[in-house]
Amino acid sequence: MTLLEIRNLSLTYRTKQAQIPAVRGVSLQVAAGETLGLAGESGCGKSTLASTVLRLYPKSATVTGEVLLDGVDTLTMSWGQLRAVRWRSASVVFQGAMHSLDPLQKIGKQLAEPIMTHFSTYTTSSARKRVRDLLAQVNLPEGIADSYPHQLSGGQKQRVMIALALACDPRLIVADEPTTALDVMVQAQVLDLLSSIVRERGLGLMIISHDLSVLAEQADRVAVMYAGTIVEEGPGSEVFRNPNHPYTRALAGAFPTIGDLESRYAPSGLDGDPPDPAELPDGCAFHPRCPDALPTCTEQTPALLEVGPHRRAACLLLDHAGTATRGMP
Amino acid sequence: MTEPILQVSDLHVTFRARGGVAARAVDGVNLELGKGEIVALVGESGCGKTTLARSMLGLVEPNQGVVSYAGTPLRYATRSLKQHRKHVQLVLQDPMGSLNPRLTVYESVAEGPRTHGMDDEVGRVKRALAQAGLRPPEKFFLRYPHQLSGGQRQRVVIAGALALEPDVLVADEPVSSLDASVRGEILALLLKLREELGLTVLVVTHDLGLAWNIADRIVVMYLGRVVEQGTTEQVLTSPQHPYTQALLSVVPEIKQLEPIVLTGEPPDPTRIPSACRFHPRCQTLASGLADDAGVGEKCRTQDLPVLPPHIEEHRCACWWAAAREAAAQQA
Amino acid sequence: MTAATNSGSVRIPSPAALRRQRRRDNFTRVGGQFLHHRVGMLGVFILLAFTLMALTANFFFPRSMLDIAQTVQNPAWQSPDAQFWLGTDADGRSVLAELFWGARTSLAVGLAATFVAVALGATVGIASGHYRNATGMALERFTDWFLVIPWLPLAVVILTILGGGLGIIILVIGITSWAGTARLVRAQTLSIEGRPYMERAQVLGVGHTQQMARHVLPNVLPLILANATLTVSIAILTETTLSFLGLGDPTHPSWGTMLEDAYASSAISNGAWWWVLPPGICIVLVVLAFTLIGRALEVIFNPRLSQELP
Repeated sequence: MTLLEIRNLSLTYRTKQAQIPAVRGVSLQVAAGETLGLAGESGCGKSTLASTVLRLYPKSATVTGEVLLDGVDTLTMSWGQLRAVRWRSASVVFQGAMHSLDPLQKIGKQLAEPIMTHFSTYTTSSARKRVRDLLAQVNLPEGIADSYPHQLSGGQKQRVMIALALACDPRLIVADEPTTALDVMVQAQVLDLLSSIVRERGLGLMIISHDLSVLAEQADRVAVMYAGTIVEEGPGSEVFRNPNHPYTRALAGAFPTIGDLESRYAPSGLDGDPPDPAELPDGCAFHPRCPDALPTCTEQTPALLEVGPHRRAACLLLDHAGTATRGMP
Repeated sequence: MTEPILQVSDLHVTFRARGGVAARAVDGVNLELGKGEIVALVGESGCGKTTLARSMLGLVEPNQGVVSYAGTPLRYATRSLKQHRKHVQLVLQDPMGSLNPRLTVYESVAEGPRTHGMDDEVGRVKRALAQAGLRPPEKFFLRYPHQLSGGQRQRVVIAGALALEPDVLVADEPVSSLDASVRGEILALLLKLREELGLTVLVVTHDLGLAWNIADRIVVMYLGRVVEQGTTEQVLTSPQHPYTQALLSVVPEIKQLEPIVLTGEPPDPTRIPSACRFHPRCQTLASGLADDAGVGEKCRTQDLPVLPPHIEEHRCACWWAAAREAAAQQA
Repeated sequence: MTAATNSGSVRIPSPAALRRQRRRDNFTRVGGQFLHHRVGMLGVFILLAFTLMALTANFFFPRSMLDIAQTVQNPAWQSPDAQFWLGTDADGRSVLAELFWGARTSLAVGLAATFVAVALGATVGIASGHYRNATGMALERFTDWFLVIPWLPLAVVILTILGGGLGIIILVIGITSWAGTARLVRAQTLSIEGRPYMERAQVLGVGHTQQMARHVLPNVLPLILANATLTVSIAILTETTLSFLGLGDPTHPSWGTMLEDAYASSAISNGAWWWVLPPGICIVLVVLAFTLIGRALEVIFNPRLSQELP
């Protein structure tokens, strides 16, 4: 069953100087027991998208579309409904775990906070027991509850954030860059933990990351975001191994396959930088950096269309049947 | 073949953490960099790679051991250190933090030549910016760091290092703060600098994919020691040390290898295990393979010797690997 | 990067010219923001008024008006009237004249002492933050020591040993006020020292003095400036206190000496409010002016400081 459905979402930040379209017409779905990977770099709107699930964006932003959590639109919920939904139906593992924990409070107290807030039946001692259960679920020893954040390692802190996200038994978790800044072995531990949790409880998981290779392994489906829109979508490993969109190809190339002689001494990357959402180019937002751009790309904005079984991409170079019309393997 | 341009012999660096506990960040390392080589120094946090790189720059004075440039040992007097700076330079991880936000690009790049009293400052800055791929260089002279993109900023930092015409560049996680699609251009720049200027590059990173992209050799560190070293192909396609094997197996989307997720927390240099420092986490020991090979007891009781700095060979500090090799040679 | 067409060579200004341009840009930007800050501008106007007072003292009131021998024939204890707008004191001197001349001394001493305190405090602060060895620790302890010593007994001791005189007073106030600045500057220096560009400077071979002068000082300067304006207030109050206690310089009357004089002559019990109130009010207004300016500067500089953090 579908836990999260985002329909044609657009979000524009309003500042004194300008209007910044961070998300432009995005539609996504996450079902129970499924892991969706959202790939993208800085400025593509992925964190903004994550903030709409629990309506955590600033009030001044203009939002259109729908974000259906268990069938109810979070964008138009009443405040009371929203408070009830936050952390109980869905929760977020924030980027930069190091900074999300209060340095002056013990871990146990911080873990107990959402429990005590949402469930009036919990007393301090029953909450403490629940905290111990949560720590066990993320493979952390009980003693962590009496420690302060600065006493933990990066990997431990990230696991505390996951425990925090699980505190009220949500059915959907959004993890924003859960493994950035972690060592590769700790990263593997955290990802293993996430997949076992999803498996055992039938949760829906949305992982946001710029590391396409991680998503390819962890996610059932991957959506690639660029300049506020989805440019490609499909099963995780397929999108990574056989990308359709030129941007996906460049992103995949940034994570070379070890052992593949083609990437030896051949680092692949793009010229230029991810676009500033306040100053998007005309037509296809990717065309200034695209190695295969055509003149029509500056005028027409490509739509996200089917290019194969369970695969969609937004590129003028692809026809609907899924085969490239120019220059792709 | 290539004579070593930067050498480290029997290096030990120990820090005193708060409370008086000693952290043996580098615990006996021999390393050589040949001229024109790109070497990747890989390992996780706490393995000592950053400390090793900084001691090669003279930023950290070792408790024991010698750092030598072109055969001459480095002395830690102010003047000799200043001389050393003209030969070995550093590129840091965070380009935004590496540049003083109040200085223009010109002033940032000119800082090195100015400090050493070099002539033709403008010419040097122009050349350095051009070598770093910022063309035309004059266009960037009066810009401020916050007006540049991430990739451009990192190029400015590299230009600042190149302005001193060093022989060796130490790059500490040079692309990890940059967007994924931008990394390729900086890595390609490092390769180009090796081609055109004969620059030797030591890249400190935890990213094995990066090493596969640009490194000639890889040196793998764990808890202050080198556990494996060899050419990139050798180490990444047929790793000998169980730690390297585990690291490789958890790189996403790598073919053929069954993921070995090591348990326990990352290594802590204040509590280095006795005997083989990897043995508490070693999957080979835990699975009994080491005992089968007859070296299990050794793993638990005997510390391994420090690897010598052989440039060409594929060496590994592991009892089990040594036993396997011996058995293979006998067969 | 793709090579763009070279639209003519750019004439690179000399490094000194670049620095001047940068300073000019900073100044106009800060100045512009300051002009919009109403409270700060109020402080500036008050200060301007008192500065005018100090500068025109000799013009309106010749020095002879303060000489007791010359004013013998003036009516003493005269309440304000048409001739003496603020009345006269026990020796027949015009209170208004004393007020104008007092402005000179109080402001001059305040500013000079602040200069001494801030120069010393900034130097020690930057050095103790930069050097992480025994020198740095020694400087830190030195600063702590001066923070803890009660300033008044120290001032009295030094003044007694070295004698009086305006120069000594300025020195004494400087010595007792620098430690606060030093501690503030040290904290800011420590945060700057942690930034990667400091390590980069070290790797490029830049020496300690140059590191502190070129990288630390410009980044600490806004803080020093905001702190300096607040230090002036402290300096003026300190001078007033010392003068009130009879440690002032009798040849250079200040508002503090006026108060001391008035108190010693029992002005309050004599009902001579015109002698006691004006100097007190002036002190309050000047201190207020500097405090308002200092606050405005802090507000202007702080958002910039936080913008610089990556």
